[in-house]
Amino acid sequence: MTSVALGAEARARGEAQTLGSNSTVKFDAVTVAYRGAIVLKPLTLDVAAGEILAMIGPSGSGKTTALRAVAGFVRPASGRIHIGGADVTDLPPYERGLAMVVQNYALFPHMRVADNVAFGLKARGAAKPLIEERVDDALRIVGMQKYLKRYPRELSGGQQQRVAIARALAVRPRVLLLDEPLSALDAQIRRSMVEEIARLHADLPGLTILYVTHDQSEALTLADRIAILRDGALSAIGRTSDLYRRPPNRFAAEFLGRANLLPVVVEGNTRTDGMVAVRAGDDRLVVASDAAPSGARRLLCVRPQHLTLTAEYGYSNKVCGRLREVLWQGELTHLVAEVGDTVMRIVATRLPSLPERGAPLDLFFAPADASLIPEEAGV
Amino acid sequence: MSDLAVRAAPARPNFNGLWVAPPLIVLGLTFLYPLVLIAHAALVADAGGIDLGGFLSVLHSRAFLNALINTGLIALAATAGCLVLGVTLALILAFVPFPGSTFVARLIDTFIALPTFLVTLAFTFLYGSAGMLNGALTQSFGLSEAPVHFLYSAWGVILAEVTVYTPFVLRPLLAAFSLVDQSQIEVAGLLGAKPWRIVRNVILPAALPAAIAGGSLCLLLTVNEFGIVLFIGAKGVITLPLLIYDKAIQESDYQAACAIALVNIALSLGLFSLYRFAARRLGG
Repeated sequence: MTSVALGAEARARGEAQTLGSNSTVKFDAVTVAYRGAIVLKPLTLDVAAGEILAMIGPSGSGKTTALRAVAGFVRPASGRIHIGGADVTDLPPYERGLAMVVQNYALFPHMRVADNVAFGLKARGAAKPLIEERVDDALRIVGMQKYLKRYPRELSGGQQQRVAIARALAVRPRVLLLDEPLSALDAQIRRSMVEEIARLHADLPGLTILYVTHDQSEALTLADRIAILRDGALSAIGRTSDLYRRPPNRFAAEFLGRANLLPVVVEGNTRTDGMVAVRAGDDRLVVASDAAPSGARRLLCVRPQHLTLTAEYGYSNKVCGRLREVLWQGELTHLVAEVGDTVMRIVATRLPSLPERGAPLDLFFAPADASLIPEEAGV
Repeated sequence: MSDLAVRAAPARPNFNGLWVAPPLIVLGLTFLYPLVLIAHAALVADAGGIDLGGFLSVLHSRAFLNALINTGLIALAATAGCLVLGVTLALILAFVPFPGSTFVARLIDTFIALPTFLVTLAFTFLYGSAGMLNGALTQSFGLSEAPVHFLYSAWGVILAEVTVYTPFVLRPLLAAFSLVDQSQIEVAGLLGAKPWRIVRNVILPAALPAAIAGGSLCLLLTVNEFGIVLFIGAKGVITLPLLIYDKAIQESDYQAACAIALVNIALSLGLFSLYRFAARRLGG
């Protein structure tokens, strides 16, 4: 994808308003039911203009249903959906001013690339010169301007997905809906497409994107905020880095990246604001957390890459365990250790000399890299 | 190495190729031989030798030309009707969800199983001179004569053929529509396409091979339709199959009947070749 700044071009033509404004999305207690069974429980959520919100969750969590409700493919059983401040709940899809990219590309097989990209513009009654200009712009953004005359069957999966993105961008949608757009691609192309989508959004800062995926790495790379859904309900939402570093519950901690969850008992607040002392077996630890009542049971959450085997500066917490397994994976080495009854994983790029399997192993981490979450398996 | 090892095993006779004989014999006796007899009767004079004069005079006769035109027009009109009705019904059954749509599709399918004259008989009860429609109209408006006579014209034949042969278009179209990627339809809608544009630009192109296959089959069947035309007995509506029947049975002119039959066969094979060509070009 070339980094042609369409946003700059659009602004130069006075078209910035068509991309950035009126592109907020609001779910107002939206529920969706299929044949009486509720598949999306009341969802209230605001997406700011120009934001990338990733909706992630396991199969059946309701993330695609929420996206389809925004698109107008399913009608909410209750609640309202607003786009750009206007209630669109009763509007058919073709009047919502959106565009979508789906997993299987959904290109029209009997149309050439140029006709696929022009489809939405023709459907909206755009003038021929504008269609030509927009098709050219959109294909240049995705680096496919040389493939105008090709049929979809003559393109690779990655190229087809680029055309699908160009087709969506050509209509200058208020909101771009991405429904697992990279799932059909192999790992290498997927990584490069994630980078291209990130670059695309940098070029089109006013474009709001709702991105549904089950791939946490796509969500972490692209999203400004992440909404985690589970069993048809919103389990957690927050800024990407906050949600990763301070997951509000066990499901969020385990679904968004790998997490070590060590049962601890709160001892009390420390003299430092925002720090709480906890005890894990014989080890006394300090964790960045809101105040918690003494004696309360919590799970200490620390990511595998935040654990080290040496007491580096600032890594003041230490837990004692026993080495169980070493898994070398080229760039990274994964260690598995037992701390009490808890299995903890460590990801290291550099390793000191390791003890024998079964030998004691000290694990260090910084207070700021750990958080406390409720012990119960809440949503 | 022993003699046994180096000596080539005696070649066993291979009779597998003979399996082609039984079907060829059956095909020859039941299909090819009668065709040869027809061609012989049409082209060979009683005294022996090829006689194209009689054949050509039949082809130049007004009765033949009228029958040829009638056959073509009725077949084309009926096929067009089948396509319009078939596409409409298939679109409704495939994309407009309503309770009982599967039952309706199966009910339409059953028309394939019915003999063609049965539909014509039903039409006589409905639209015939003494049928329900004319009865209701004469009673309602105090008319002395039945006002509706379309059944006894080419329109009656076309209507009956459309009714009988639409399922031959409907079935392949329903199969093709079931294969259309739902996400293409949804994405098209979100891009701003209204339902009719989606039908025209997304759904129908995907179903074009199926429509051509169904339409070609209809054309073939309607070109050769005999029962409906005979049963309706529309005045002045003589098609090639009916003319063959007239020449052979009514007038005992077997040479003329066979000459017309040859043309009918050529027409059918030509249409079939056209269908295969179109299906191959369109990937059907």
